Amino acid sequence: MTRPAGPGVALGLTGLRASIGGSRILHGVDLTVPEGGVTALIGRNGAGKTSTLRAAIGLLPATGTVRMLGADVSGWPTHRIIRRGVGYVPEDREVFAGLTVRENLRLAETGGDPRYAEVYRLFPELRERAGQRAGTLSGGQQQMLAIGRVLLHGKQLLLIDEPTKGLAPRYVTEVVRALERAAEAATILLVEQNVHVVRRLARQVVVLDRGQAVYAGDVADLDDAGLVRRLLGVSGAA
Amino acid sequence: MSTFLAITLSGLALGAVYFLVAAGLSLIYGLMDVLNFAHGVFLTLGGYAGWAMATRLPGALPRTAAGFLLTTAAAILGGALVAAATELLLIRPLYGRPVAQILVTIGLDLALTGLLLGAFGSDSRAIPVPAWLTGVTVLGGERAPNGDFVALGGGLLVLAALTWFLRRTRYGIIIRAGAENRAMVRALGIDVGRAFTVVFTIGGATAGLAGLLNSVVFNSALIDPTQGDQLLIFAFIVVVIGGLGSLAGSAVAALLVGLVQVYVGFYAGSGSGLAQLGNVSVVLVLAVVLLIRPRGLLGATA
Repeated sequence: MTRPAGPGVALGLTGLRASIGGSRILHGVDLTVPEGGVTALIGRNGAGKTSTLRAAIGLLPATGTVRMLGADVSGWPTHRIIRRGVGYVPEDREVFAGLTVRENLRLAETGGDPRYAEVYRLFPELRERAGQRAGTLSGGQQQMLAIGRVLLHGKQLLLIDEPTKGLAPRYVTEVVRALERAAEAATILLVEQNVHVVRRLARQVVVLDRGQAVYAGDVADLDDAGLVRRLLGVSGAA
Repeated sequence: MSTFLAITLSGLALGAVYFLVAAGLSLIYGLMDVLNFAHGVFLTLGGYAGWAMATRLPGALPRTAAGFLLTTAAAILGGALVAAATELLLIRPLYGRPVAQILVTIGLDLALTGLLLGAFGSDSRAIPVPAWLTGVTVLGGERAPNGDFVALGGGLLVLAALTWFLRRTRYGIIIRAGAENRAMVRALGIDVGRAFTVVFTIGGATAGLAGLLNSVVFNSALIDPTQGDQLLIFAFIVVVIGGLGSLAGSAVAALLVGLVQVYVGFYAGSGSGLAQLGNVSVVLVLAVVLLIRPRGLLGATA
């Protein structure tokens, strides 16, 4: 049975709890992602950011309530959640190394009318390397492919985990540009460590600490160096 | 044709049958991490399905090419149906529980073999097939069994069909991707469970074909309830030598095992009282390959 999410809410998590290997990782995460724009999910290493995304789409068994795009999807299998119009770009890309770029994209075709022209316009390298095995791509090219997969269809909600992690500066620029473009049409929940990227893309921030959401506010709050140091343990200018 | 070439043809035909059994085992393990010990009985049931069809065809039809095609279709369908039912009813509730899966497939193998023994007894049943299939062709003075050509052709046809399926179809791409990272396939909105059923069904179909061809080519067109279990042992050896989950590895390993088995059996075993030397040599090949390449000839590297 589904319940409508609140008006203007793309994703709502209530009391999300999850464990990995017997250790409790999420201790009751409550957060709301409003429709439209980018909400950044930030926090120290091990705070539970990646686990929150994985639990939200059912890749990590969890308890609590997950409301997504107008429905209560708690307990749904992952593929069913994704087919409601959700895209997921995992940390470390997780492209299929043995498949070609074209096959990786083809795998992401979950409905009619895939938008290859849009994906290739954002990432021309993917067209040039369509026949190349994804495992032989550079990290930046793999990230383009991972993002390209979720842009193939008009997803309404994108969950994107550390898209600039370990990338060369030129690829960071390309990825950020693509996310800006994607945010024009979709709501994005972005896990990101790079504060510059967060400032450029996000309107709201949610801070996770030890498996709980401890702060939610405007991205401008990151200008408060004291607050950033207290919540993240780093300088706001980092 | 020299004796060596005749023996080689026999080894290739045996390898083709091993490949047909091993291909399903390897695909199932590659995608689903399921070691399917019931695969042997899929093969036997496929053979019996072929026998049931052939013995019900009217008049001389089963002894014609068209009749043999119908017999073959029944064997393939029989193997496919029992495999699909096994996946849906027994394996699906046990995903993520490998020990339970192994136990249930062993139990299924024992139960179905027992049922076949109860229904048909331990005596072999003759499958009516065209006379040319069990005949020989004389090439260069040597007698080459026609069945060897049929088995080899069947193996090559299935290899080509599976390669096309895995490379060119969406389901094939899903299966290859699922063997790499099942969670990510689900995260792209794909119901992996459906792919599991498809893979199990394909494995059952190739096993059914193997059951029929093994009977026709290597057992004088006779089928008995335990034939699948005998072949399964060698099929597992083939899968391990080739590399778990690698179709190409299974093809190479199947030919290697088939050739080694017949070469050693013929040249070293015959007349020496060591009739099982061919079988022993296969185990030695397995040991050597595992010592040199623990993940098999074409298995994924760690």
